[in-house]
Amino acid sequence: MTAQTVQQGDLVTVIGLEVHVQLETNTKIFCSCPTEPADEPNENVCPVCLGLPGALPVLNEAAVEAAVKVGKAIDADIPEETRFHRKNYYYPDLPKNFQITQYDEPICADGELEISVEGERRTVAIERAHLEEDPGSLQHVGGGIDTADYTLVDYNRAGVPLMEIVTAPDFRSPSEVRAFLADLEEVLEYLGVFDAGRDGSLRVDANLSIIPAEETNGDGTIDEEALAAANRTEVKNISSHKGAEKALAYEETRQKNAIQRGRAVEQETRHWDESRGITVSMRSKEEEKDYRYFEEADLPPLRVSDWKEEIAIPELPTARRERFQVEYDLSEEAASKLTSTKQVADFYEDVASEFDPDLAATWVADELLGELNYRDMEITDVEDRLGEVNRLVELVATDEITAKNAREAVLRGMLDDGDEPDTIVEREGLGKTGEDEVQQAVVEAIDENPDAVADYHAGEGGAINFLVGQVMQKTGGSADPGDVNQLLRAELEE
Amino acid sequence: MSDDAVNPEEVRHVAALARIDLEDAEVDRFADQFADILEYFETLDSVPEVERDVDLANVMRPDEEHDCLDSEDALRNAPESEDGYFKGPNVS
Repeated sequence: MTAQTVQQGDLVTVIGLEVHVQLETNTKIFCSCPTEPADEPNENVCPVCLGLPGALPVLNEAAVEAAVKVGKAIDADIPEETRFHRKNYYYPDLPKNFQITQYDEPICADGELEISVEGERRTVAIERAHLEEDPGSLQHVGGGIDTADYTLVDYNRAGVPLMEIVTAPDFRSPSEVRAFLADLEEVLEYLGVFDAGRDGSLRVDANLSIIPAEETNGDGTIDEEALAAANRTEVKNISSHKGAEKALAYEETRQKNAIQRGRAVEQETRHWDESRGITVSMRSKEEEKDYRYFEEADLPPLRVSDWKEEIAIPELPTARRERFQVEYDLSEEAASKLTSTKQVADFYEDVASEFDPDLAATWVADELLGELNYRDMEITDVEDRLGEVNRLVELVATDEITAKNAREAVLRGMLDDGDEPDTIVEREGLGKTGEDEVQQAVVEAIDENPDAVADYHAGEGGAINFLVGQVMQKTGGSADPGDVNQLLRAELEE
Repeated sequence: MSDDAVNPEEVRHVAALARIDLEDAEVDRFADQFADILEYFETLDSVPEVERDVDLANVMRPDEEHDCLDSEDALRNAPESEDGYFKGPNVS
């Protein structure tokens, strides 16, 4: 917002995020229990993640590697030494009565992520990102959170590795938050450290406050004092991009209404109730000092700053998108579709290396992704069949079947019935008809339709189209209508 | 250390964090006990400082699965359980 547009009474929304993402590892962060969802409660548990007396945590190397990859991707500092702390609170989702997390020495500090909001580039500062363990899950039986008869506890999730990514209060609207979460997820998936499809893999807490516009600086930044002067609410229980946008739009309106009616905004924690589409006040929780953070003496410090050099990360989506536009001469839209996931981009490059990049783009971005999307499938669902899709593109590229048949008969048959492309082509007789066959069909069509031939010679324009139709019918649609038209004219003029 | 080193309010606050209800008499009793405990810790100040093993860092394990506890064993010490879950009072 520029200084000129600011008017007395205008309000600016300020949002900062704490994003919890589940890191994709085989085992939990401090013990060797699997992270895969279990069928039964308390199946993936051991003395460490149950907090049994005497059990000691041992850090999972893969979680640290994943954290370093995230740090590299957001261009963060990885300090010479980082360590773990105990965050103490008493709630049955924590079997130990404390959560192992990182307090003042996080593994990643001072990063940033460039995002795209409605076509415009924005940089969001990331203050820190740290490793921690997930708590277990609670079921409140016989009522809501306040009215339940009793609580059931499942510790399968307890100890699953999380990364908490904390942004600066850089967002000015709920839609920016949504764009950030989408771009963040995309980067994390490219890194191979995150699976957006996994239940509960993304959880967001958001701080929102409303500031008088005249307290913002000319460049849209806001001084810390102005921010500290405004009461903020922390909105918890957000679990999707869309949920974040909705929850924060609700909270933005709620706070603005309060301010415009001259009421104060309470500084409090609020719970996003997805089903009702509202935020509700939660009983106030502990203050930070009540968590009594202290060093986790059972885990020695980490010195992994040099891992930043050793661990490679793949080309990230924004860079890859730009390269695709230049290297394959693709439109921004096509490049964007083709880089939507790393798997799609890898497959596209695979196809484009063998065939015309333009044809490859059509077949991967439009045909394949379109048909998959229609079936509510992802490229990962056909991971082991990409060779067959490659073969299909080859059949089109070498002119063995028409694009129409490739799309309507072959690709759909592959996805619906699981058949291989060559099987379908053979079974349905889709191989492009040879010239002799077309020529024979042309002669037949002329012999069988003397009236149309007479009309043609009488100069009636529609007659030729009728004859083309007849030939197409005889060749089962596999002839090229343009060629047929020419062959017919040549034959009729003889 | 004097007897009022820990005041009743501090005891009530700590009790609230631990979700424990205390009678007034208990608050006074714990205030005395907390003070005693803090005093024991002061004794540690007289222990000579020992360098800890500064080179111990980066202790990690490979990301390999090991056997978990049987569900039955996991729940063995629980006062109450139901359908494989630990069962406890309502919390909010």
